[in-house]
Amino acid sequence: MEQVDDDGVATGVMQIRLVGVGNEFRADDGLGICVARELRRRGLPGVDVREHGGEAAGLIELLRGASAVFIIDAISAGKPPGTIHRIDAARGRISQALFRFSTHGYGVAEGIETARILGILPPLTLIFGIEGEAFGQGMGLSDPVVKNVPSLMYLIKSEIEQLQAG
Amino acid sequence: MKNRVIKVDQLARVEGEGAVFIKITDGKVADVKLRIYEPPRFFEAFLRGRDFTEVPDITARICGICPVAYQMSSVHALEDAMGVKVEGPLRELRRLIYCGEWIESHVLHVFMLHAPDFLGYEDALLLAKDKPELVKMALAMKKIGNDIVALLGGREIHPINVRVGGFYRVPSRNDLRGLLDRLKWGRDRAIEAVKLTSTLEFPELETDYEFVSLRSPGEYPFSGGRIVATSGLDIAIREYEFHFEERHIQHSNALHSVEKGRGSFQVGPLARFNLNFDLLSPAARHAADAVSLKPPVRNPFRSIIVRSVETVYAFDEAIRIIENYTPPDRPAVDIEVKKGIGFGASEAPRGMLYHRYRVADDGRILDAKIVPPTAQNLQTIEADLRKFASANVDMDRETLTWKCEQAVRNYDPCISCATHFVRLERT
Repeated sequence: MEQVDDDGVATGVMQIRLVGVGNEFRADDGLGICVARELRRRGLPGVDVREHGGEAAGLIELLRGASAVFIIDAISAGKPPGTIHRIDAARGRISQALFRFSTHGYGVAEGIETARILGILPPLTLIFGIEGEAFGQGMGLSDPVVKNVPSLMYLIKSEIEQLQAG
Repeated sequence: MKNRVIKVDQLARVEGEGAVFIKITDGKVADVKLRIYEPPRFFEAFLRGRDFTEVPDITARICGICPVAYQMSSVHALEDAMGVKVEGPLRELRRLIYCGEWIESHVLHVFMLHAPDFLGYEDALLLAKDKPELVKMALAMKKIGNDIVALLGGREIHPINVRVGGFYRVPSRNDLRGLLDRLKWGRDRAIEAVKLTSTLEFPELETDYEFVSLRSPGEYPFSGGRIVATSGLDIAIREYEFHFEERHIQHSNALHSVEKGRGSFQVGPLARFNLNFDLLSPAARHAADAVSLKPPVRNPFRSIIVRSVETVYAFDEAIRIIENYTPPDRPAVDIEVKKGIGFGASEAPRGMLYHRYRVADDGRILDAKIVPPTAQNLQTIEADLRKFASANVDMDRETLTWKCEQAVRNYDPCISCATHFVRLERT
């Protein structure tokens, strides 16, 4: 059992969590869910893989106690569709404008920033995503996103393996 | 007198994509339009041709905040179509998972989405900076709701353990009793929240609304029962469409509901409280009495206190269910698939949610109708905005815009969106 101190920060074994965020019924917003499922299917030893709708308070609970969290979500930052993003929360405030959707306006960016304010943001919090093209109702990712899913998964896997190798 | 337009292109802290447009001409409100994009239409089409057993899981994905409400309305409607009634411990477990959802949703709305308006913070982040202990407490309260939903639903979001006829698996007594201490702690915090929210400053806005909610003998409403209204309406759920209809409004992608022969109406915490006050648990009623909150509450800004009272109720009801729980013999009742039409309604945190399904003899869904609480409240929200803006035309633009957003948030509407949403135009 991992040791967790009063603030919920892991002090023992490294706890790595991967959270796929999104809604699979909103086209490219399903990216996070799709990637989390695929990585889980292929196997990610030593990683707690979760799916989440992106509501901030629930996300904070998934950040709490982990030593490293990888959040996968569709990005809407005005870059060409298919662009792969890697955002390190340690580098500064996460902009709400990166994400097309949030739950009641209280989403991924707010979750990370609230965790930072409360002192429970994991030492390593990374957001990986792909710039989406279509965010309407419907299932399935758009072509520019699908094309780059393998590269995104490779990047995430490599970074996790590097972290685990110490 | 200045002319102006208030526009909020994306409604902050509201689910969905919404925009509010208010036009003030010659010191008078000339136009109010609430435009929203609404997911259920897509899902109604998506469900056609699916097996009835898939419906609870699919509808759970319509809303990230109230998946249980969508599941409960759908299973009630499909059980109605199959001629099945779920009673006893299975029904109690369904009430328990509903308690979890109310706790999650109400705590989120009261503390993170609505309280910042009253306390003068632009968002929950600024509130967290100033009052971290309050936010930590709210997160701990909300987590209890999450844990109930995760335990019974199999997952925290988009629960998958609910099925037509019951559950796939049910918890043991010990599984549930482990929650009791935290539920009692949460109930105490919710009682404090009632006191805290009752001291807030409430903008003036009173309307003699037509409130509509479910009502069942002996229990504050979660699922099933009859539909009642302030006007005296008292009908079976299957009669809903004889009395209420959805109209297409040109400026909105969403359908607006009206009560036939009357017009706008209101569903949600105020409606439930006003029509079911006598059915609150003693702890919840006492919490309301302690701050002199009595029905009828007609100021929608005061919904934040009512949500807090309902949070006390949800904690209290969860404690009652767990203390009396004996696991059922089977996790679900048998379903004999047959063709039919079924009607169901339950009380989502933000109001009554109506479902109707027509099922073929092989269990396929022939058609589905879903009327979410937000669609039922849209006309009322617009009317509130018109009234509020008319009474405050001289307020400076920034304050009026914020107050109008707050007025929309009174309804905790499911309007998917990201940041700010009201646009005020003076001409």
